[in-house]
Amino acid sequence: MNLDFFRLMLPELFLILIIFILLIIKIGDFVKQNTYLINIVNILFVLNIGAILLCFNNGELFSGMYISKSIFSFEKLILVCGSLIIFLLSHHWLKNHKHLAEFYILIISSLLGMEYMISSGNFLMFYLGLELASITLAALVNFDLEKKKSSEAAMKMILLSAFSSGIMLFGISLLYGTSGSLDFDVLKNSISANKLNIVALIFVFSGFAFKISAVPFHFWTADVYEGAPISVTAFLSVISKAAVVFVFISVLSPLFNNLYFLWNYLLIGIIALTITIANIFAIRQHNVKRFLAFSSIVQAGYILLAISANNSIAQSSAIYFIIIYLFSNLGVFAVVSAISDLYNKEEMKDYRGLYKNNPMLSWALALSIFSLAGIPPAAGFFGKIFLITSGAFTGNYALIALAVINLVISLYYYLMFIKKIFIEENEYPIEKLKPGLNVYLAISTCVCGILIIGFIGEIFEFITRLFVN
Amino acid sequence: MREIGIEQLLVVSTILFFIGIYGFITRRNMVTMLMSIELILNSVCLNFISFNKFLHPDKLDGIFFTLFVITIAAAEAAVAIAIIINLYRSFKSIDIEQADELKY
Repeated sequence: MNLDFFRLMLPELFLILIIFILLIIKIGDFVKQNTYLINIVNILFVLNIGAILLCFNNGELFSGMYISKSIFSFEKLILVCGSLIIFLLSHHWLKNHKHLAEFYILIISSLLGMEYMISSGNFLMFYLGLELASITLAALVNFDLEKKKSSEAAMKMILLSAFSSGIMLFGISLLYGTSGSLDFDVLKNSISANKLNIVALIFVFSGFAFKISAVPFHFWTADVYEGAPISVTAFLSVISKAAVVFVFISVLSPLFNNLYFLWNYLLIGIIALTITIANIFAIRQHNVKRFLAFSSIVQAGYILLAISANNSIAQSSAIYFIIIYLFSNLGVFAVVSAISDLYNKEEMKDYRGLYKNNPMLSWALALSIFSLAGIPPAAGFFGKIFLITSGAFTGNYALIALAVINLVISLYYYLMFIKKIFIEENEYPIEKLKPGLNVYLAISTCVCGILIIGFIGEIFEFITRLFVN
Repeated sequence: MREIGIEQLLVVSTILFFIGIYGFITRRNMVTMLMSIELILNSVCLNFISFNKFLHPDKLDGIFFTLFVITIAAAEAAVAIAIIINLYRSFKSIDIEQADELKY
């Protein structure tokens, strides 16, 4: 049993180990130089990736509270790789920050919460993971203490996330009342279409729609993304969103399988609203971070489209899209954060004429944006195809048509951004950037990912096989 | 005199829940909004305990969940108060209407 504990919970235990190492380093003040600490954490994360690769195991701990499956290990692997890329791309900001160790401790705690949330088998474990992820994220949003925008964003985030988790808890309490258990296995069979369960479903669902920032619950997203430091914005828009999607796929859709018809109606309404309204808002943005916030809301809508189909092929295509989305969105964030860290420029109009002095970075940015928009050579195209075809399984062609129309609308603002970079003139274009080795590493990883993943169908088959196991 | 049953407790907890939502939406003071959230969480605790006591007295799931909800509510309030104090330093106010740097 003891060996099982270490074998199954290895990804989480490794993160806890990293947190403790960082705490000891911070308290003892052993590492004076920020760059050394950055390298230590990066190396530990590479080791962590290796550790997760070793332990694709099935099993459960604490009488079903913690469940380990190979698909969960794969999801954790995606989250850890994404965090490592974020650490690399925000190298310049981290290098000069005087509270570096705290930043790492908070962001790794949040990651730990997400991992527990993914492999939870009980609502108690799930709630603990959720709160560990969201409370530390609110503290991270306020990491630049003296910035007015940061503290306002953090205030909005903590109040709204506490409110939404309160609503979700009320739904959970109603589920407990009808079935007398909090285990997902027991709940799965006892949920039926009585009125109390339907109310509970709506409460739980709205709590989740807030976390994934689907449209009626999206108002916090743009403000928080704009106010947060840019590496935290990258974490929020990629890792945190990916974790919630994984929870949707592997925890919530099986749990509410008996109420599938209602679940489907809720999803269809939310998808239609999300992709349409967020698209319209994205057109009129002037700040790059707000623009990326609305673009990420639209992408979440497309992911929900695949989740609504509720079969294993659709779910594996959602995970496949998450990998592509991670590379393309982090590719954009790598360039944006380099410009923001070195020149403190975050407005769209500052990007005019970027191509003049930074041709390579401009091409990387353009490729990532093409991938987000879904233009063929980039991987985003294949991801979108998988999402939309798997959404079409349900036979809801009106929704698919709406999604495709919105793809065309989204091309407009993505291409406007590219036009600014390559064609428009600027009197004072951004000078030649030298972001350093780590940022180049992050950018080239993302570019390689975008170019290669679309052509490797084996990844999709691999994910589908993991679902069967 | 009638015994207090599950109906009375559930009515109280539902009323508390909606008072909390109403307070969160209408109040403009950040600390009061935080208090409204605490009302919501307390109504959840009341729900869990009454379900546990009257419907499923053989197991203790609900009571354990309540303990964790109380603990996490305290942690959440601590972080929220820290953020609000930091916000007060730069905005000189805890009125939510005053914090309007971020607009579209």
